[in-house]
Amino acid sequence: MTIVNFTPFSALLGGVLIGLAAALMWWLLGRVAGVSNILGQAFSSDERELNWRLAFIAGLVLAGLGAKLFVPGAVHFSLPAGYGQLIVAGLLVGFGTQLGGGCTSGHGVCGMSRLSPRSIVATLVFMAAGAFAVLGLRLAGTL
Amino acid sequence: MTRVIASFLAGLLFGAGLIVAQMTNPSKVIGFLDITGNWDPSLAFVMVGAIGVYGLAYWLSRARHARPFLVDGFNLPMRRQIDRPLVVGALIFGAGWGLSGFCPGPALTSAGFGEPRVWVFVVAMLAGMMIYRLRGRTVSTASATTRD
Repeated sequence: MTIVNFTPFSALLGGVLIGLAAALMWWLLGRVAGVSNILGQAFSSDERELNWRLAFIAGLVLAGLGAKLFVPGAVHFSLPAGYGQLIVAGLLVGFGTQLGGGCTSGHGVCGMSRLSPRSIVATLVFMAAGAFAVLGLRLAGTL
Repeated sequence: MTRVIASFLAGLLFGAGLIVAQMTNPSKVIGFLDITGNWDPSLAFVMVGAIGVYGLAYWLSRARHARPFLVDGFNLPMRRQIDRPLVVGALIFGAGWGLSGFCPGPALTSAGFGEPRVWVFVVAMLAGMMIYRLRGRTVSTASATTRD
């Protein structure tokens, strides 16, 4: 194992911003800022519940668009996977987060902060599965 | 309307945090998961920052028996049990996360960068979510039929 591309300060700052956003959702709307649940439950929400969900999603997307337009230097983006791999991965991420009841934000940040045993288990499992998937890519020679 | 604006601003801030942290950079995420290869531990610091701030906010609300400012009460997940769907779901999600370097939030924010491959990922992710819901419906219809 070698350690590369280490950027602890920007990672910590980004984490603080994510934590602040999640704190806003909690203190203002009383909601857990779990992206997969906000998105997934938009499929089965009445209008009152749908609006704030779509607004949060719009905020996420517009943050990306705004950064690309106004501060392109701050955007670091490199995507190694091709279309086929991304379609398979997208299906897995969509289905898995709904079955498991959360993702990196809902379980990994919010649930871990609450010391929820379910979230701690989920986070350990999806991190391990992610590491195995990357190991698989490495062994297959596509990394 | 206030709720919608607050939620939008929280989404913007969340997305900004993802960009600063480089959670929206799939190579970076894959580097974090590449523990047996060229490991980049940076994203562990994202967790530290986010949990530090949100944990403080959450436990403060508990200690003060507070109520949220814009609604009547807090909305927390009810489930407590560590069951098979939780573990299998996390396994499936983790596999997709490692294959692509995307989890749901960063995928939505990077969709704003304008790269068509991200849009394809997002559409597939939405399809995966819909398949989960259709499957749930089929199962409940089937069990309803059995009961008859």
